[in-house]
Amino acid sequence: MSHAFYVTASYIAAFAITFGLIGWVFIDHRGRHRELERLEAAGIRRRSARAEEAR
Amino acid sequence: MSEPSLAIRKFSDLANPTRFLGLVATVWPWLAGLTLCLFAVGLYLSFTTTGDYQQGETVRIMYVHVPAAWLSMMCYTVMALSALGTLVWRHPLADVSAKAAAPIGAGFTLVALITGSLWGKPMWGTWWVWDARLTSVFVLFLMYLGLIALNRAMDDPTRAAKVSAVLILVGFVNIPIIKFSVEWWNTLHQPASVVRMDGPTIDSEFLWPLLVMAIAFSMLFFTLHILAMRNEILRRRIAVLRRHAARSAGGAA
Amino acid sequence: MIAMLLRDLKLSVRAGGGALIGVLFFMTVVAVIPFGVGPDLNLLARIGPAILWIGALLASLLGLDRLFQAEREDGSLDLILMQETPLVLTVFVKCVAHWIATGLPLVIASPLLGLFMNMDEVAIGATTLTLLAGTPAITFIGAAGAGIAVALPRGGLLVSILVLPLAIPVLIFGVSAVYAAIQEPAPFLPPFLILVALNLFFAVIGPVAAAAALRLSSD
Repeated sequence: MSHAFYVTASYIAAFAITFGLIGWVFIDHRGRHRELERLEAAGIRRRSARAEEAR
Repeated sequence: MSEPSLAIRKFSDLANPTRFLGLVATVWPWLAGLTLCLFAVGLYLSFTTTGDYQQGETVRIMYVHVPAAWLSMMCYTVMALSALGTLVWRHPLADVSAKAAAPIGAGFTLVALITGSLWGKPMWGTWWVWDARLTSVFVLFLMYLGLIALNRAMDDPTRAAKVSAVLILVGFVNIPIIKFSVEWWNTLHQPASVVRMDGPTIDSEFLWPLLVMAIAFSMLFFTLHILAMRNEILRRRIAVLRRHAARSAGGAA
Repeated sequence: MIAMLLRDLKLSVRAGGGALIGVLFFMTVVAVIPFGVGPDLNLLARIGPAILWIGALLASLLGLDRLFQAEREDGSLDLILMQETPLVLTVFVKCVAHWIATGLPLVIASPLLGLFMNMDEVAIGATTLTLLAGTPAITFIGAAGAGIAVALPRGGLLVSILVLPLAIPVLIFGVSAVYAAIQEPAPFLPPFLILVALNLFFAVIGPVAAAAALRLSSD
Protein backbone atom coordinates (compact mmCIF):
# COMPACT_ATOMS: atom_id res chain seq x y z
CA MET A 1 0.00 0.00 0.00
CA SER A 2 1.19 3.46 -0.78
CA HIS A 3 2.12 5.99 1.82
CA ALA A 4 -0.64 8.29 0.69
CA PHE A 5 -3.12 5.71 1.88
CA TYR A 6 -1.78 5.89 5.43
CA VAL A 7 -1.68 9.67 5.34
CA THR A 8 -5.27 9.97 4.18
CA ALA A 9 -6.41 7.27 6.57
CA SER A 10 -4.87 9.00 9.54
CA TYR A 11 -6.28 12.37 8.52
CA ILE A 12 -9.71 10.82 8.04
CA ALA A 13 -9.51 9.16 11.44
CA ALA A 14 -8.42 12.39 13.10
CA PHE A 15 -11.21 14.33 11.39
CA ALA A 16 -13.79 11.70 12.25
CA ILE A 17 -12.91 11.72 15.93
CA THR A 18 -12.65 15.50 16.10
CA PHE A 19 -15.99 15.93 14.40
CA GLY A 20 -17.38 13.28 16.67
CA LEU A 21 -16.35 15.39 19.64
CA ILE A 22 -17.75 18.57 18.07
CA GLY A 23 -20.95 16.76 17.18
CA TRP A 24 -21.25 15.38 20.71
CA VAL A 25 -20.86 18.85 22.17
CA PHE A 26 -23.43 20.42 19.86
CA ILE A 27 -26.01 17.67 19.99
CA ASP A 28 -25.71 17.60 23.74
CA HIS A 29 -26.17 21.32 23.89
CA ARG A 30 -29.25 21.26 21.68
CA GLY A 31 -30.78 18.50 23.74
CA ARG A 32 -30.14 20.27 27.03
CA HIS A 33 -31.40 23.56 25.64
CA ARG A 34 -34.61 22.00 24.46
CA GLU A 35 -35.13 20.28 27.77
CA LEU A 36 -34.63 23.55 29.59
CA GLU A 37 -37.13 25.26 27.32
CA ARG A 38 -39.66 22.52 27.85
CA LEU A 39 -39.28 22.83 31.59
CA GLU A 40 -39.63 26.58 31.35
CA ALA A 41 -42.74 26.21 29.27
CA ALA A 42 -44.12 23.99 32.00
CA GLY A 43 -43.65 26.87 34.39
CA ILE A 44 -40.61 25.52 36.21
CA ARG A 45 -38.08 28.28 36.63
CA ARG A 46 -34.84 28.78 38.41
CA ARG A 47 -35.00 30.70 41.63
CA SER A 48 -32.71 33.42 40.30
CA ALA A 49 -34.81 33.82 37.15
CA ARG A 50 -37.90 34.29 39.27
CA ALA A 51 -36.13 36.86 41.41
CA GLU A 52 -35.18 38.81 38.32
CA GLU A 53 -38.75 38.86 37.13
CA ALA A 54 -39.98 40.12 40.46
CA ARG A 55 -37.59 43.01 40.36
CA MET B 1 -25.88 21.07 44.46
CA SER B 2 -26.27 20.80 48.19
CA GLU B 3 -28.39 23.14 50.24
CA PRO B 4 -26.47 26.41 50.34
CA SER B 5 -26.43 27.57 53.92
CA LEU B 6 -24.44 30.76 53.58
CA ALA B 7 -25.08 33.73 51.38
CA ILE B 8 -21.60 33.42 49.95
CA ARG B 9 -22.18 29.78 49.13
CA LYS B 10 -25.36 30.68 47.36
CA PHE B 11 -23.58 33.31 45.38
CA SER B 12 -20.88 31.00 44.21
CA ASP B 13 -23.34 28.20 43.49
CA LEU B 14 -25.73 30.20 41.38
CA ALA B 15 -24.17 33.40 40.17
CA ASN B 16 -20.81 32.06 39.21
CA PRO B 17 -21.96 29.45 36.70
CA THR B 18 -24.40 31.99 35.31
CA ARG B 19 -21.63 34.48 34.79
CA PHE B 20 -19.55 31.71 33.26
CA LEU B 21 -22.36 30.92 30.82
CA GLY B 22 -22.46 34.55 29.79
CA LEU B 23 -18.74 34.56 29.27
CA VAL B 24 -18.93 31.39 27.19
CA ALA B 25 -21.67 32.86 25.02
CA THR B 26 -19.52 35.84 24.10
CA VAL B 27 -16.20 34.05 23.85
CA TRP B 28 -16.93 30.81 22.03
CA PRO B 29 -17.65 32.14 18.53
CA TRP B 30 -14.35 34.00 18.59
CA LEU B 31 -12.48 30.97 19.83
CA ALA B 32 -14.14 28.76 17.23
CA GLY B 33 -13.29 31.25 14.49
CA LEU B 34 -9.70 31.44 15.63
CA THR B 35 -9.53 27.64 15.68
CA LEU B 36 -10.88 27.44 12.14
CA CYS B 37 -8.39 30.00 10.86
CA LEU B 38 -5.49 28.25 12.55
CA PHE B 39 -6.58 24.90 11.18
CA ALA B 40 -6.87 26.35 7.68
CA VAL B 41 -3.35 27.78 7.88
CA GLY B 42 -1.96 24.68 9.56
CA LEU B 43 -3.51 22.24 7.09
CA TYR B 44 -2.41 24.39 4.15
CA LEU B 45 1.15 24.47 5.48
CA SER B 46 1.24 20.78 6.24
CA PHE B 47 0.11 19.82 2.76
CA THR B 48 2.33 22.23 0.85
CA THR B 49 5.63 21.45 2.52
CA THR B 50 7.68 18.87 0.67
CA GLY B 51 7.85 15.38 2.08
CA ASP B 52 10.80 14.22 4.10
CA TYR B 53 13.41 12.31 2.09
CA GLN B 54 13.43 9.43 4.59
CA GLN B 55 9.82 9.18 5.56
CA GLY B 56 8.25 10.46 2.35
CA GLU B 57 4.63 11.46 2.46
CA THR B 58 4.01 9.91 5.85
CA VAL B 59 5.67 12.80 7.61
CA ARG B 60 2.36 14.59 7.17
CA ILE B 61 0.85 12.30 9.75
CA MET B 62 3.10 13.98 12.28
CA TYR B 63 1.11 17.20 11.99
CA VAL B 64 -1.95 15.55 13.51
CA HIS B 65 -0.26 12.91 15.59
CA VAL B 66 2.13 15.03 17.63
CA PRO B 67 -0.36 17.77 18.56
CA ALA B 68 -2.94 15.17 19.54
CA ALA B 69 -0.44 13.34 21.73
CA TRP B 70 0.58 16.62 23.27
CA LEU B 71 -3.02 17.55 23.97
CA SER B 72 -3.77 14.19 25.53
CA MET B 73 -1.26 15.08 28.21
CA MET B 74 -2.31 18.72 28.53
CA CYS B 75 -5.90 17.66 28.97
CA TYR B 76 -4.95 15.44 31.88
CA THR B 77 -3.04 18.34 33.40
CA VAL B 78 -6.11 20.53 33.07
CA MET B 79 -8.13 17.80 34.76
CA ALA B 80 -5.60 17.52 37.58
CA LEU B 81 -5.73 21.28 38.14
CA SER B 82 -9.52 21.11 38.16
CA ALA B 83 -9.36 18.26 40.65
CA LEU B 84 -7.21 20.43 42.90
CA GLY B 85 -9.80 23.16 42.47
CA THR B 86 -12.55 20.78 43.49
CA LEU B 87 -10.79 19.43 46.56
CA VAL B 88 -8.94 22.49 47.82
CA TRP B 89 -11.02 25.50 46.85
CA ARG B 90 -14.35 23.71 46.35
CA HIS B 91 -14.88 25.79 43.28
CA PRO B 92 -18.21 24.86 41.72
CA LEU B 93 -16.88 25.15 38.19
CA ALA B 94 -13.85 22.97 38.82
CA ASP B 95 -15.73 19.68 38.96
CA VAL B 96 -17.69 20.66 35.88
CA SER B 97 -14.40 21.34 34.14
CA ALA B 98 -12.88 18.02 35.14
CA LYS B 99 -15.93 16.07 34.04
CA ALA B 100 -16.22 17.89 30.73
CA ALA B 101 -12.54 17.42 29.92
CA ALA B 102 -12.51 13.62 30.28
CA PRO B 103 -14.27 12.66 27.03
CA ILE B 104 -12.33 15.28 25.08
CA GLY B 105 -9.07 14.00 26.47
CA ALA B 106 -10.05 10.44 25.63
CA GLY B 107 -10.88 11.57 22.10
CA PHE B 108 -7.52 13.25 21.55
CA THR B 109 -5.71 10.27 23.03
CA LEU B 110 -7.59 8.02 20.63
CA VAL B 111 -6.56 10.26 17.72
CA ALA B 112 -2.94 10.05 18.87
CA LEU B 113 -3.14 6.25 19.14
CA ILE B 114 -4.81 5.70 15.78
CA THR B 115 -2.63 8.08 13.82
CA GLY B 116 0.44 6.74 15.58
CA SER B 117 -0.51 3.23 14.57
CA LEU B 118 -1.15 4.35 10.99
CA TRP B 119 2.26 6.00 11.00
CA GLY B 120 3.92 2.96 12.48
CA LYS B 121 2.68 0.55 9.80
CA PRO B 122 4.62 2.06 6.87
CA MET B 123 7.56 3.19 9.02
CA TRP B 124 8.17 0.26 11.32
CA GLY B 125 6.24 -2.38 9.41
CA THR B 126 3.86 -3.06 12.28
CA TRP B 127 0.70 -1.48 13.64
CA TRP B 128 1.75 -1.54 17.23
CA VAL B 129 5.03 -1.76 19.11
CA TRP B 130 5.23 -2.06 22.85
CA ASP B 131 7.42 0.95 22.83
CA ALA B 132 7.67 2.95 26.03
CA ARG B 133 5.96 5.99 24.62
CA LEU B 134 3.15 4.08 22.95
CA THR B 135 2.49 2.02 26.02
CA SER B 136 2.25 4.97 28.35
CA VAL B 137 -0.17 6.75 26.03
CA PHE B 138 -2.24 3.58 25.96
CA VAL B 139 -2.30 3.48 29.76
CA LEU B 140 -3.36 7.13 29.75
CA PHE B 141 -6.24 6.20 27.45
CA LEU B 142 -7.30 3.45 29.86
CA MET B 143 -7.27 5.94 32.71
CA TYR B 144 -9.47 8.37 30.79
CA LEU B 145 -11.95 5.59 30.12
CA GLY B 146 -11.91 4.59 33.79
CA LEU B 147 -12.64 8.15 34.82
CA ILE B 148 -15.52 8.42 32.38
CA ALA B 149 -16.91 5.14 33.66
CA LEU B 150 -16.60 6.33 37.25
CA ASN B 151 -18.44 9.55 36.45
CA ARG B 152 -21.21 7.69 34.70
CA ALA B 153 -21.60 5.19 37.52
CA MET B 154 -22.65 7.80 40.07
CA ASP B 155 -25.90 9.69 40.18
CA ASP B 156 -24.97 12.60 42.38
CA PRO B 157 -22.72 14.86 40.26
CA THR B 158 -21.01 16.70 43.10
CA ARG B 159 -20.11 13.52 44.92
CA ALA B 160 -18.94 11.90 41.71
CA ALA B 161 -16.79 14.93 41.02
CA LYS B 162 -15.13 14.84 44.42
CA VAL B 163 -14.43 11.14 44.28
CA SER B 164 -13.11 11.25 40.75
CA ALA B 165 -10.97 14.25 41.72
CA VAL B 166 -9.20 11.97 44.18
CA LEU B 167 -8.65 9.43 41.45
CA ILE B 168 -7.43 12.05 38.98
CA LEU B 169 -4.84 13.25 41.47
CA VAL B 170 -3.69 9.73 42.32
CA GLY B 171 -3.36 9.12 38.60
CA PHE B 172 -1.47 12.37 38.13
CA VAL B 173 1.04 11.35 40.79
CA ASN B 174 1.28 7.94 39.19
CA ILE B 175 1.76 8.93 35.57
CA PRO B 176 5.47 9.77 35.94
CA ILE B 177 5.99 6.44 37.72
CA ILE B 178 4.16 4.56 35.00
CA LYS B 179 6.16 6.33 32.31
CA PHE B 180 9.43 5.61 34.09
CA SER B 181 8.60 1.99 34.76
CA VAL B 182 7.42 1.41 31.21
CA GLU B 183 10.69 2.81 29.91
CA TRP B 184 12.62 0.54 32.25
CA TRP B 185 10.53 -2.45 31.21
CA ASN B 186 11.05 -1.83 27.54
CA THR B 187 14.80 -1.27 27.67
CA LEU B 188 15.23 -4.34 29.83
CA HIS B 189 13.44 -6.72 27.53
CA GLN B 190 14.46 -5.56 24.10
CA PRO B 191 17.28 -3.13 24.39
CA ALA B 192 18.60 -3.00 20.85
CA SER B 193 15.55 -3.61 18.73
CA VAL B 194 13.46 -0.78 20.13
CA VAL B 195 12.23 1.12 17.15
CA ARG B 196 12.72 4.74 17.89
CA MET B 197 11.08 7.55 15.99
CA ASP B 198 14.06 9.82 16.33
CA GLY B 199 14.08 10.51 12.66
CA PRO B 200 15.94 13.53 11.41
CA THR B 201 16.21 16.52 13.67
CA ILE B 202 13.26 18.66 12.88
CA ASP B 203 14.12 21.60 10.67
CA SER B 204 12.08 24.73 10.30
CA GLU B 205 10.22 23.41 7.28
CA PHE B 206 8.41 20.89 9.48
CA LEU B 207 8.49 22.96 12.60
CA TRP B 208 6.18 25.70 11.37
CA PRO B 209 3.24 23.56 10.31
CA LEU B 210 3.68 21.49 13.45
CA LEU B 211 3.61 24.58 15.64
CA VAL B 212 0.56 26.03 13.93
CA MET B 213 -1.24 22.72 14.14
CA ALA B 214 -0.35 22.39 17.81
CA ILE B 215 -1.81 25.81 18.58
CA ALA B 216 -4.85 25.01 16.45
CA PHE B 217 -5.42 21.78 18.36
CA SER B 218 -5.06 23.58 21.68
CA MET B 219 -7.60 26.18 20.62
CA LEU B 220 -9.91 23.39 19.52
CA PHE B 221 -9.51 21.83 22.92
CA PHE B 222 -10.34 25.05 24.74
CA THR B 223 -13.36 25.72 22.53
CA LEU B 224 -14.71 22.21 23.01
CA HIS B 225 -13.91 22.31 26.70
CA ILE B 226 -15.87 25.47 27.49
CA LEU B 227 -18.76 24.30 25.35
CA ALA B 228 -18.79 20.93 27.08
CA MET B 229 -18.68 22.74 30.42
CA ARG B 230 -21.70 24.77 29.36
CA ASN B 231 -23.55 21.57 28.51
CA GLU B 232 -22.64 20.10 31.86
CA ILE B 233 -23.88 23.19 33.71
CA LEU B 234 -27.14 23.09 31.78
CA ARG B 235 -27.50 19.39 32.54
CA ARG B 236 -27.09 20.00 36.24
CA ARG B 237 -29.61 22.84 36.13
CA ILE B 238 -32.12 20.59 34.47
CA ALA B 239 -31.55 17.95 37.11
CA VAL B 240 -32.05 20.52 39.88
CA LEU B 241 -35.17 21.88 38.24
CA ARG B 242 -36.58 18.41 37.82
CA ARG B 243 -35.98 17.67 41.46
CA HIS B 244 -37.63 20.91 42.48
CA ALA B 245 -40.57 20.25 40.23
CA ALA B 246 -40.97 16.75 41.61
CA ARG B 247 -40.73 18.02 45.15
CA SER B 248 -43.27 20.80 44.67
CA ALA B 249 -45.61 18.44 42.85
CA GLY B 250 -45.25 15.94 45.68
CA GLY B 251 -45.89 18.71 48.22
CA ALA B 252 -49.01 19.89 46.42
CA ALA B 253 -50.52 16.44 46.14
CA MET C 1 -5.45 -0.30 66.36
CA ILE C 2 -4.19 -3.78 67.19
CA ALA C 3 -7.69 -4.69 68.24
CA MET C 4 -9.01 -3.49 64.94
CA LEU C 5 -6.36 -5.44 63.06
CA LEU C 6 -7.33 -8.58 64.93
CA ARG C 7 -11.02 -7.93 64.41
CA ASP C 8 -10.59 -7.48 60.67
CA LEU C 9 -8.49 -10.61 60.45
CA LYS C 10 -11.03 -12.63 62.39
CA LEU C 11 -13.85 -11.37 60.25
CA SER C 12 -12.14 -12.22 57.00
CA VAL C 13 -11.25 -15.69 58.22
CA ARG C 14 -14.65 -16.40 59.67
CA ALA C 15 -16.57 -15.12 56.69
CA GLY C 16 -14.58 -17.67 54.72
CA GLY C 17 -14.85 -15.31 51.77
CA GLY C 18 -11.83 -13.15 51.04
CA ALA C 19 -8.81 -15.23 51.91
CA LEU C 20 -9.87 -18.59 50.59
CA ILE C 21 -11.57 -17.37 47.46
CA GLY C 22 -8.57 -15.22 46.57
CA VAL C 23 -6.22 -18.18 46.72
CA LEU C 24 -8.66 -20.38 44.83
CA PHE C 25 -8.99 -17.76 42.11
CA PHE C 26 -5.21 -17.47 41.92
CA MET C 27 -4.83 -21.24 41.54
CA THR C 28 -7.55 -21.42 38.92
CA VAL C 29 -6.07 -18.63 36.82
CA VAL C 30 -2.62 -20.17 36.93
CA ALA C 31 -4.00 -23.64 36.22
CA VAL C 32 -5.92 -22.42 33.19
CA ILE C 33 -2.87 -20.90 31.49
CA PRO C 34 -1.28 -24.23 30.39
CA PHE C 35 -4.51 -25.11 28.61
CA GLY C 36 -4.20 -21.89 26.66
CA VAL C 37 -0.52 -22.04 25.71
CA GLY C 38 -0.15 -25.80 25.51
CA PRO C 39 1.78 -28.21 27.73
CA ASP C 40 5.22 -27.07 26.55
CA LEU C 41 7.25 -27.27 29.76
CA ASN C 42 10.06 -25.02 28.57
CA LEU C 43 7.67 -22.30 27.52
CA LEU C 44 5.79 -22.63 30.81
CA ALA C 45 9.02 -22.32 32.75
CA ARG C 46 9.87 -19.20 30.81
CA ILE C 47 6.55 -17.41 31.24
CA GLY C 48 5.86 -18.93 34.68
CA PRO C 49 6.94 -15.96 36.82
CA ALA C 50 4.89 -13.56 34.70
CA ILE C 51 1.84 -15.83 34.94
CA LEU C 52 2.19 -16.09 38.71
CA TRP C 53 2.47 -12.32 38.99
CA ILE C 54 -0.54 -11.60 36.81
CA GLY C 55 -2.55 -14.22 38.66
CA ALA C 56 -1.60 -12.69 42.01
CA LEU C 57 -2.44 -9.21 40.73
CA LEU C 58 -5.90 -10.26 39.59
CA ALA C 59 -6.54 -12.27 42.72
CA SER C 60 -5.61 -9.40 45.02
CA LEU C 61 -7.89 -7.08 43.07
CA LEU C 62 -10.73 -9.54 43.48
CA GLY C 63 -11.36 -8.95 47.16
CA LEU C 64 -10.58 -5.26 47.20
CA ASP C 65 -14.11 -3.97 46.84
CA ARG C 66 -14.97 -5.65 50.13
CA LEU C 67 -12.36 -3.58 51.93
CA PHE C 68 -14.80 -0.91 53.04
CA GLN C 69 -18.06 -2.27 51.71
CA ALA C 70 -18.93 -4.39 54.73
CA GLU C 71 -18.29 -1.44 57.06
CA ARG C 72 -20.54 0.70 54.98
CA GLU C 73 -23.33 -1.82 54.98
CA ASP C 74 -23.46 -2.24 58.76
CA GLY C 75 -22.86 1.45 59.40
CA SER C 76 -19.56 1.11 61.24
CA LEU C 77 -17.91 3.17 58.52
CA ASP C 78 -19.51 6.27 59.99
CA LEU C 79 -18.11 5.33 63.38
CA ILE C 80 -14.66 4.93 61.89
CA LEU C 81 -14.98 8.33 60.24
CA MET C 82 -15.92 9.94 63.54
CA GLN C 83 -13.14 8.32 65.54
CA GLU C 84 -10.41 10.32 67.24
CA THR C 85 -7.63 8.38 65.54
CA PRO C 86 -6.69 9.78 62.15
CA LEU C 87 -8.60 8.16 59.33
CA VAL C 88 -5.42 7.62 57.34
CA LEU C 89 -4.04 5.43 60.11
CA THR C 90 -7.26 3.44 60.34
CA VAL C 91 -7.25 2.88 56.60
CA PHE C 92 -3.61 1.83 56.77
CA VAL C 93 -4.37 -0.74 59.45
CA LYS C 94 -7.31 -2.03 57.45
CA CYS C 95 -5.05 -2.41 54.44
CA VAL C 96 -2.52 -4.35 56.47
CA ALA C 97 -5.25 -6.63 57.76
CA HIS C 98 -6.59 -7.09 54.26
CA TRP C 99 -3.14 -7.93 52.98
CA ILE C 100 -2.52 -10.50 55.72
CA ALA C 101 -5.88 -12.08 54.99
CA THR C 102 -5.69 -12.16 51.19
CA GLY C 103 -2.20 -11.21 50.05
CA LEU C 104 -0.15 -13.40 52.31
CA PRO C 105 -1.98 -16.63 51.34
CA LEU C 106 -1.20 -15.81 47.72
CA VAL C 107 2.48 -15.48 48.57
CA ILE C 108 2.39 -18.76 50.45
CA ALA C 109 0.59 -20.53 47.63
CA SER C 110 2.92 -19.25 44.93
CA PRO C 111 5.80 -21.77 45.45
CA LEU C 112 3.36 -24.63 44.98
CA LEU C 113 2.03 -23.11 41.77
CA GLY C 114 5.59 -22.41 40.68
CA LEU C 115 6.16 -26.19 40.72
CA PHE C 116 3.18 -26.61 38.42
CA MET C 117 4.78 -24.17 36.01
CA ASN C 118 8.00 -26.18 35.92
CA MET C 119 10.04 -23.32 37.37
CA ASP C 120 13.41 -24.03 39.01
CA GLU C 121 14.23 -23.27 42.66
CA VAL C 122 15.80 -19.87 42.06
CA ALA C 123 12.84 -18.70 40.02
CA ILE C 124 10.38 -19.94 42.63
CA GLY C 125 12.28 -18.26 45.42
CA ALA C 126 12.57 -15.00 43.51
CA THR C 127 8.89 -15.03 42.59
CA THR C 128 7.84 -15.63 46.19
CA LEU C 129 10.14 -12.90 47.44
CA THR C 130 8.96 -10.33 44.90
CA LEU C 131 5.34 -11.23 45.54
CA LEU C 132 5.97 -10.70 49.23
CA ALA C 133 7.36 -7.27 48.47
CA GLY C 134 4.90 -6.35 45.75
CA THR C 135 1.44 -7.47 46.83
CA PRO C 136 1.21 -4.92 49.70
CA ALA C 137 1.72 -2.18 47.12
CA ILE C 138 -1.22 -3.53 45.12
CA THR C 139 -3.36 -3.61 48.24
CA PHE C 140 -2.43 -0.05 49.19
CA ILE C 141 -3.07 1.43 45.77
CA GLY C 142 -6.20 -0.69 45.55
CA ALA C 143 -7.41 0.84 48.81
CA ALA C 144 -7.73 4.15 46.96
CA GLY C 145 -9.93 2.45 44.40
CA ALA C 146 -11.92 0.73 47.13
CA GLY C 147 -12.48 4.04 48.90
CA ILE C 148 -13.82 5.48 45.67
CA ALA C 149 -15.98 2.48 44.99
CA VAL C 150 -17.69 2.63 48.39
CA ALA C 151 -20.03 5.27 47.03
CA LEU C 152 -20.98 3.16 44.05
CA PRO C 153 -23.88 0.76 43.94
CA ARG C 154 -21.85 -1.97 42.21
CA GLY C 155 -18.25 -1.01 42.64
CA GLY C 156 -16.54 -4.37 42.32
CA LEU C 157 -15.76 -4.38 38.62
CA LEU C 158 -15.02 -0.69 38.49
CA VAL C 159 -12.36 -1.00 41.19
CA SER C 160 -10.42 -3.43 39.03
CA ILE C 161 -10.70 -1.18 35.99
CA LEU C 162 -9.54 1.87 37.92
CA VAL C 163 -6.74 0.18 39.83
CA LEU C 164 -5.19 -1.99 37.11
CA PRO C 165 -3.51 0.85 35.18
CA LEU C 166 -2.13 2.20 38.44
CA ALA C 167 -0.72 -1.19 39.38
CA ILE C 168 1.29 -1.53 36.16
CA PRO C 169 4.57 -0.28 37.70
CA VAL C 170 4.35 -2.89 40.46
CA LEU C 171 3.84 -5.63 37.89
CA ILE C 172 6.70 -4.42 35.71
CA PHE C 173 9.23 -4.26 38.52
CA GLY C 174 8.07 -7.46 40.16
CA VAL C 175 8.39 -9.47 36.98
CA SER C 176 11.62 -7.84 35.90
CA ALA C 177 13.16 -8.56 39.31
CA VAL C 178 12.27 -12.23 38.91
CA TYR C 179 13.73 -12.39 35.43
CA ALA C 180 16.82 -10.56 36.63
CA ALA C 181 17.27 -13.28 39.25
CA ILE C 182 16.98 -16.04 36.66
CA GLN C 183 19.00 -14.57 33.83
CA GLU C 184 22.57 -14.03 34.87
CA PRO C 185 23.79 -10.71 33.51
CA ALA C 186 20.96 -8.54 34.75
CA PRO C 187 21.34 -7.48 38.40
CA PHE C 188 18.54 -8.49 40.76
CA LEU C 189 18.78 -5.71 43.31
CA PRO C 190 17.86 -2.53 41.35
CA PRO C 191 14.38 -3.65 40.24
CA PHE C 192 13.77 -5.28 43.60
CA LEU C 193 14.70 -2.15 45.50
CA ILE C 194 12.51 -0.06 43.22
CA LEU C 195 9.71 -2.50 43.93
CA VAL C 196 10.22 -1.98 47.66
CA ALA C 197 10.32 1.78 47.12
CA LEU C 198 7.06 1.61 45.18
CA ASN C 199 5.62 -0.36 48.06
CA LEU C 200 6.53 2.36 50.57
CA PHE C 201 5.37 5.09 48.21
CA PHE C 202 1.98 3.48 47.70
CA ALA C 203 1.76 2.83 51.44
CA VAL C 204 1.62 6.62 51.79
CA ILE C 205 -0.46 7.60 48.76
CA GLY C 206 -3.00 4.78 48.94
CA PRO C 207 -4.31 5.34 52.49
CA VAL C 208 -4.29 9.15 52.07
CA ALA C 209 -6.30 8.94 48.87
CA ALA C 210 -8.61 6.28 50.31
CA ALA C 211 -9.22 8.39 53.42
CA ALA C 212 -10.00 11.44 51.27
CA ALA C 213 -12.36 9.43 49.10
CA LEU C 214 -14.12 7.93 52.12
CA ARG C 215 -14.65 11.34 53.67
CA LEU C 216 -15.91 12.83 50.44
CA SER C 217 -18.29 10.03 49.65
CA SER C 218 -19.80 9.93 53.11
CA ASP C 219 -21.16 13.48 53.31
